[in-house]
Amino acid sequence: MATSNSVSVTGERTLSSAGLAVRKPRNWLRGDMLIAILVLTPSIIAVALFIYSFIGWTFYISTVKWNSVIIDYTFVGLKNWQRLFQDDRFYTDLRNLVYYATGFMTQCIVFGFIIASLLDQKIKGEAFFRTAVIFPFAVSGIVTGVAWRWLLQPTTGINLLFAKIGLTNFHPVWISDPNYGMWAVTIPAAWQFTGYVMALYLAGLRSIPQEVREAAAIDGAGTYTIYRYVIIPLLMPVTFTAIVLTGMNSIRVFDLVSAMNGSGPALATDTLAFFMFQTTFGAYRYSLGAAIGAFMMILSAFLVVPYLRSMRQEVEQ
Amino acid sequence: MSLQRIWTRGAIYLVLLALAAFYLMPFYVMIITGLKPYTDVNVTRMWELPKGFYLGSFLEAWTKVAPNFVNSMLITIPAALISSFIGSINGYIFSKWRFRGADTIFMLFLVGMFLPYQGILIPLVQTLQVLKLYGTIIGLILVHCIFGIPITALLFRSYFAGVPNELLDAAKMDGCGFFGIYRWILLPISMPAFAVVLLWQFTSIWNDYLIGLVVLSSPRLAPINVAVQNIAGSFTTEWNVQMAAALIAALPTIIVYLALGKLFMRGLLAGSLKG
Repeated sequence: MATSNSVSVTGERTLSSAGLAVRKPRNWLRGDMLIAILVLTPSIIAVALFIYSFIGWTFYISTVKWNSVIIDYTFVGLKNWQRLFQDDRFYTDLRNLVYYATGFMTQCIVFGFIIASLLDQKIKGEAFFRTAVIFPFAVSGIVTGVAWRWLLQPTTGINLLFAKIGLTNFHPVWISDPNYGMWAVTIPAAWQFTGYVMALYLAGLRSIPQEVREAAAIDGAGTYTIYRYVIIPLLMPVTFTAIVLTGMNSIRVFDLVSAMNGSGPALATDTLAFFMFQTTFGAYRYSLGAAIGAFMMILSAFLVVPYLRSMRQEVEQ
Repeated sequence: MSLQRIWTRGAIYLVLLALAAFYLMPFYVMIITGLKPYTDVNVTRMWELPKGFYLGSFLEAWTKVAPNFVNSMLITIPAALISSFIGSINGYIFSKWRFRGADTIFMLFLVGMFLPYQGILIPLVQTLQVLKLYGTIIGLILVHCIFGIPITALLFRSYFAGVPNELLDAAKMDGCGFFGIYRWILLPISMPAFAVVLLWQFTSIWNDYLIGLVVLSSPRLAPINVAVQNIAGSFTTEWNVQMAAALIAALPTIIVYLALGKLFMRGLLAGSLKG
């Protein structure tokens, strides 16, 4: 032991201390390991109970007859699911999800990448621009919705700016449009979330060694070629992260539509989350609501599982 | 500097300025509209600056949301503190006491972090009712603490992973046990991590709408975002008051963000498991 202490700073130290850990009485270690497990146990129970058992419970509720204020756990099989799959509103919401996800994800990823690339050009005042772009992420979906409902009023707001620059005939009704309302909702949604994606890309760009770009430049590659064949492929993991995060955000969108236009005309801005909330806590059709919630869960799992699988190595270090 | 380079640089700054203007525009509109009396809130003059410094809209909004603002403080501050503390201990265990199966448990925590709340809301309400915590501030604090377990554990785990194990071995040789190592080695150096996690938890709990709406919707006890939505959703409230209320709701997180923006950015990156 004395020798292992005296051999310091060199690489041998880790070796000897590793050997020491093996030689040290194991009970002592095991005792502390036991304490660690015991301390973690309440959290494990909380997560097991409040997340995993609740998920199972939701699936179970979706198979019973509880569609009024009175709790009724009579098993009815997949009847609620059948009802859900026959509901026109469900399909409208799926269509809206496709619109929303397409518009929202495209805007976040394209603008997030462009802004990050611009900010990576040794910009004076980078902190200011970065702060401005991420700023919206600090406020809630409700605040965002309230502000943008005013900005997207057909008679004023953005349309007034269009009129000022001469586009007097261009006055869309934005979120009140029965066909394109959902696309309009993606504008404030992306306004809020682009900063997040930008931050991811900026960190990614900063982690690319300067030599990589220089090597490409020496080979005669122009800016476009470097981005197209070097930087964008290198940033694929970031893009994957961004797709998963924005995708999950699309599935659960609730606050923003609540604050803006609710379901909108002809359910133009209705979402699964909004449908679930109204069915459950408005109409007290708990089992049907549980089926919608469970469906949202399954949809998200398609994104979460591959994402976490790809992260597994990173997590296990 | 070549002429072409000057042009490119100029164009980049121009684009960035335009983008900054776009991202700040809604805040500008909220502020100027909130500072106008109702008679000046005119659809054709929406973008014009207010004539004077009128605080009437803010006073009216404040009288409406003040109790809810206080509720949100009573919910957010304890919940952020407690969940950060739990997170620091869990992160310590997940990074430094990796018993068999610890990584699997950690992965299961993370899955929970990403799933939509809609899949657990009904059992949550049922359980809180049984525990007599439904419709109470304590109940909402509890829920936020539990749903904060995965993210806080993740953030602290990645921070503690950077602490060399030799440091812990040395402490063990000096006779430190599980709690001693945490108390004397990790806690003193974890203030930066605490700042990031507290900031992250404060922002997300303050900005929560769905859980507050479901668990604590009575107008008197509801958190601020539920109150703002009620004001905005009634359609009888004037725009200037709505904007003022929205700004009041956004103010704490805006202040925190402006003061600690760098930490916020770090939280953003760590929250996605990257960086």
